[in-house]
Amino acid sequence: MAVSLSCNNIEKSFGKVSALKNITFEVNRGEIFGVIGPDGAGKSTLFRILTTLLLADKGSATVDGFDVVKDYREIRNIVGYMPGKFSLYQDLTVEENLRIFATLFKTTIQENYHLIKDIYSQIEPFKKRMAGALSGGMKQKLALSCALIHKPTVLFLDEPTTGIDPVSRRELWEMLRKLKYQGITIIVSTPYMDEASLCDRIALIQNGEFLKIDTPHSITQSFSKKLFSVKGKNMGSLLNKLREMPGVVTCFAFGDSHHVTAEFDHGPDGPITPESLRNKLNAVGEEELEISLIEPNIEDCFMDLIAGNRQN
Amino acid sequence: MREFRIFVQKEFFHIFRDRWTTLILLVLPVLMIILFGFGITTEIKNTKFAIYDTVKDEATRGITNKLETSEYFTFERYLQSPDEIEKLFREGQIGFVVVFGDERIQLIADGTDPNTASTLSNYATVLINSYMQEQSSELRATTAARGIITESRLLYNPTLKSAYNIVPGIMGMILMLICALMTSVSIAREKELGTMEVLLVSPMKPLLIILSKLVPYFTISIINYITILLLSVYILKVPIAGSLVLLTGLSLLFIFVSLMLGTLISTMVERQIIALLISGMVLMMPAVFLSGLMFPIESMPKVLQWISHILPVKWFIIAVRNVMIKGLGFDSIIREVAILSGMGLVILMASIKKFKYRLE
Repeated sequence: MAVSLSCNNIEKSFGKVSALKNITFEVNRGEIFGVIGPDGAGKSTLFRILTTLLLADKGSATVDGFDVVKDYREIRNIVGYMPGKFSLYQDLTVEENLRIFATLFKTTIQENYHLIKDIYSQIEPFKKRMAGALSGGMKQKLALSCALIHKPTVLFLDEPTTGIDPVSRRELWEMLRKLKYQGITIIVSTPYMDEASLCDRIALIQNGEFLKIDTPHSITQSFSKKLFSVKGKNMGSLLNKLREMPGVVTCFAFGDSHHVTAEFDHGPDGPITPESLRNKLNAVGEEELEISLIEPNIEDCFMDLIAGNRQN
Repeated sequence: MREFRIFVQKEFFHIFRDRWTTLILLVLPVLMIILFGFGITTEIKNTKFAIYDTVKDEATRGITNKLETSEYFTFERYLQSPDEIEKLFREGQIGFVVVFGDERIQLIADGTDPNTASTLSNYATVLINSYMQEQSSELRATTAARGIITESRLLYNPTLKSAYNIVPGIMGMILMLICALMTSVSIAREKELGTMEVLLVSPMKPLLIILSKLVPYFTISIINYITILLLSVYILKVPIAGSLVLLTGLSLLFIFVSLMLGTLISTMVERQIIALLISGMVLMMPAVFLSGLMFPIESMPKVLQWISHILPVKWFIIAVRNVMIKGLGFDSIIREVAILSGMGLVILMASIKKFKYRLE
């Protein structure tokens, strides 16, 4: 499969703050590659380096074979970029916004209408409306249309789903899937772990470092510990008791339950099971317990990787 | 070229879709001219004056009569001693005092309100001079023999000069406001909104993006330049004494310098409010002070006068005063034109050097 983007040992710091450390990865043509991590992890900085907006301190990167430093003009012709804080021109109409971006890339709305038809047709009824009067979801659709209108070969989307409703989020991901089948490479960042499974491959990023790069499935498969979901009457004290318990590696509040990771084989007491956990917790006064063994999701893996990183 | 055109159009949409921006850009110049203009013209009418006459001959009576019959002044009374002069000013009853001495005629006005004072003394001087010329050569011989020359002396502020400062001053301020301030703010806005990032990651040349931002403000500056001239000629009755072509050329040069300043500011800031503050504090405030709208330049501390040399608007105001008010030719403004051109080039080089085709 053809390599669409490659990144070698990219490092970047702002003053004394190190924003990116030793970032190396490749993305194939037509792949949806997710960069997943919390705010401030370095996602936007990475995107700006790859879109030629920032210069890396070290390392090299190519987009479609063009070097991000030397061939920045070529790259600016072929990529589509939607920055995280992109908010369009609020005082221009939907249609005017789109026309400006089409003209910017020396094309017209008519010429590439087929590319954005699925997305744009949803907001076309409001094309005379000011962009500032659109809802968050519609704004993102318009922004995506603007980033797509020149038929880019590589599309960079920096947190496209931040701040929009769940329905629009789902629609946006469906669109990305369609674009993938048109051969467009998509690099997308998100702070939402649940969106990871929608990518072909993901990189988990924390404090400027890639913790892991793999398919979402392989990442959850490689989870090397046991995972329990624990609910109880008093969630607060439960969390503290669990963390003190021998054999428990980590314990995090996760929605309405606690996710507890434990080693598969733990010392003389034997492995932790839901039953052994229940007995121990009952012994220290916890009540109304619901404990079950569960399959890990990406967030569990992410937390586990962070915990592992800290120990090192 | 098509992308350049649509970007210019986009910029005009930004301006005219915001009611306040439109209002500031097109109505503010008119408002300033009318406000400052009427501030001056109404005060002159029926101003009271007093006379301290130590000579009391035909000429001094003639001059008193000439002043009294003009529409500007009303005769208050004769003073008995010079001590009364200051007392009258303190009470605020009169606009100026004429002192007839053996050697000279002296005009004394209240310098705490310098613009009014200088206007009053200018008017009175014109009247006195015209009286002298109307007289027979015989009388002129005697007055000349006595060596009468009118001399105005402003109490509390002796060095103030012309009140015609306001038109060049307003012109400088408005052109500065539109070119430098609006340009820097509009570029900073693209950065703040995040649209600049998208514009940079496109085939369009960054310089073309900036240029498309300059065109609308250039156009509006020209409109304002014409408005200001029309208003000052027909409403303020300040005639264009010199060459209109020269004045226009000079203004185009200043517009160019201001646009470059705006661009330079925008290359240094990321946020609209900072662009606004820099343009306001560094460019507009000095323009207000140096235009003579509020304080005469000569009464400022030496340090400030020295700092004022690096401000383009100061040189522009001087040159406009020479061409428009004094009616002087190109010879008289060679220094100002050279300085402005030099500044324009330096700022242009600096903004090209500082211009970033990346984010940092």
